[in-house]
Amino acid sequence: MKFAKYQNRKSNNCMSGAAIIVKALQEQGVEVIFGYPGGAVLPLYDELFKTNNLRHILVRHEQAAVHAAEGYARSTGKPGVVLVTSGPGATNTVTGLTDALMDSIPIVCLTGQVPTHLIGTDAFQEADTTGITRACTKHNYLVKKAEDLADVMHEAFYVAASGRPGPVVIDLPKDILFSEGPYHKVEEVRPCAYKPQVLDDEKKIETAVDLMAKGKRPIIYGGGGLINSGPRASELLLELAELTGYPVTLTLMGLGALPASNSQFLGMLGMHGTYEANLAMNQCDVMLNIGARFDDRVTGRLSDFSPRSTKIHVDIDPSSINKNVKVDLPIIGDASMTIEKMIKIWKHKGYQKNDPQIKEWWSDIEGWREEKCLEFKQEGKIIKPQYAIRRLFEKTANKDTFITTEVGQHQMWAAQYYGFEQPNRWMTSGGLGTMGYGLPAAMGVQIAHPESLVIDIAGEASILMNIQELSTMAQYKMPIKAFIVNNQWMGMVRQWQELNHGSRYSQSYTESLPDFVKLADSFGGDGMVAETVDELDGVIDAMLNSEKFFLADIRVAKEENCFPMIPSGAAHNEMILNSGDSGVTPKTTTAGMALV
Amino acid sequence: MSESLEQRHTIALLVDNEPGVLARVIGLFAGRGYNIESLTVSEVDTVKGYSRITIVTSGTEMVIQQIKALLSRIVPVHEVHDLSIEGPHLERELALIKINNTGEQRIEAMRIADMFRARAIDSTLTSFVFEVTGSPRKVDAFINLMSAIGNTEVCRGGVVAIARGSKIELGAPS
Repeated sequence: MKFAKYQNRKSNNCMSGAAIIVKALQEQGVEVIFGYPGGAVLPLYDELFKTNNLRHILVRHEQAAVHAAEGYARSTGKPGVVLVTSGPGATNTVTGLTDALMDSIPIVCLTGQVPTHLIGTDAFQEADTTGITRACTKHNYLVKKAEDLADVMHEAFYVAASGRPGPVVIDLPKDILFSEGPYHKVEEVRPCAYKPQVLDDEKKIETAVDLMAKGKRPIIYGGGGLINSGPRASELLLELAELTGYPVTLTLMGLGALPASNSQFLGMLGMHGTYEANLAMNQCDVMLNIGARFDDRVTGRLSDFSPRSTKIHVDIDPSSINKNVKVDLPIIGDASMTIEKMIKIWKHKGYQKNDPQIKEWWSDIEGWREEKCLEFKQEGKIIKPQYAIRRLFEKTANKDTFITTEVGQHQMWAAQYYGFEQPNRWMTSGGLGTMGYGLPAAMGVQIAHPESLVIDIAGEASILMNIQELSTMAQYKMPIKAFIVNNQWMGMVRQWQELNHGSRYSQSYTESLPDFVKLADSFGGDGMVAETVDELDGVIDAMLNSEKFFLADIRVAKEENCFPMIPSGAAHNEMILNSGDSGVTPKTTTAGMALV
Repeated sequence: MSESLEQRHTIALLVDNEPGVLARVIGLFAGRGYNIESLTVSEVDTVKGYSRITIVTSGTEMVIQQIKALLSRIVPVHEVHDLSIEGPHLERELALIKINNTGEQRIEAMRIADMFRARAIDSTLTSFVFEVTGSPRKVDAFINLMSAIGNTEVCRGGVVAIARGSKIELGAPS
């Protein structure tokens, strides 16, 4: 029936391809586009010129456009939109698109293409964009007729945002932008085969609740699916946690889904997760995974991952089920809808927060907490990176703050020492681990939240990978703060070289770092250096008071490592707690050495 | 968990007949190191533009589950059916076999072809081209026998498969 409607719809509303795109963007509620112009997309830029209610942010590199759109999407829950030209414009987006695919971020990326009659001729700035991006998008389109354009535009937004979100590319040959086609509204678009399941059989959810209620050593393990499901999922998770009294751990992607200050929160789990979270995962008898994908950073050695537990896995993506870890009860569905059902069933069945039954479990957990695995001693004048991030947290916790990060040690320290009370406040490249993510992502966050405090917790090596974006930040007067945890090393590389390669620090030291203060100044921002502990608070205050973008160059202890740590190839109960602990821990195995 | 047990599965897909759809399907197998033993694709509804793809693959239960889940999330894929587990089904394959031989062996080739209901569709004084259809195992057997009695060149069409019974599983969606 839907099909007949699609065939018979009117097509008297004709306009140019470029106008169709702009109209579709507006109908989709898009307010801002991150992009960079070029020959193949000039007709579209011309159309944007004539439009008043679509803001365009001109980035300095197309990779940054995608990361900015990711930051926008992750802090608002709405799809981020990117517009780039053909050839190099498109190929430069590949890292950003892959990042969005790995972290399930909804992105619609419009790429220019050479005109249809030149496709396949190795024309100037031609690249096989749909071929190149097939593996790094959720879906992509090459539009060959202006008649298809409205359908494709609306479908792209639907595909990007529904089910497990992800990036969608629309490749637009230049002649399509000029030629005339009909405009169709969202409700008139052709039917799409993609219909993800959002709620599973109630019987299965009931079985899950029964299993949970019987647990003597239960744990809730949540991930990015909670964030993607919308803020409601986080409210429901809190309700479920309070209702059951069960401990909760979150992945890197899920931080903020349960307030960090909640007494039932065990902290992040995984390679640099807390001792209590990882031991609880190792020792639990019932595990409820909501919206996490048993990533290798989380599980450690698979054969010893949570060996005695009954595993329930709630995920909207069926292909995440039984991919790495075989689970006992898979439930396909959206996190919010599924948790809501669980709560209803729990209450309906009259299950109680059975304190005596899990009291012993909590006393074990308290014992592990006693290890105080994140404790550090700030002694002497040299700033400990953990202390720097802890101070930043203390000074910004009661502000309206959003945090992005780059990738490496500073990222893990940020995850460990910055407590997130709400979802959508923490933007980090989890799956792909993209150095250079944080600064452009912060731009997208700042554009979406112009009045809020946006901080990129950065490393000095990562931030240089997209440092050109300082120019964008200057142009749009974005008061972004980059808190650079500067140890002059690619810290995580150095840490692995120390642990696994006999401290042979091959190529991990940066010889010629810029003067970040002068660098900020040259782009029109502010900057300051903190060399010693006494200077740290002053620099943080100056950073928070500055109305411009700000580079805070925090010189930290150079050889500090990120602990606790599960060495690669080891199990959850084989953590290294601190640098003095290496004597009692097994060395990384040969199999572990081969892992990343 | 039958971790080590690899099994052969025949999977039928109904997809939109559009450029790139086959590349998406194949890319999924290539990108994750899964094996394709046979693949056929052809348009089955010219009005609505649907193609049917039949894939024969093998893997552990977990791998097969992954393959099906990943195929299902490709946007232009409408239906994914694992014929091997959904009930009895039929598999047929077409093959063309050219054989060069002489004398007694030429007669033997004709005799075997007759047994397999293969048809000679081309002939010279020293060669035949046989057309044979049947289950993949029957085609295997025919090819094995032929290659024992002459030099052969083989072209196989790949497996096409459909479920037995009256139920229409992969008809064009309305």
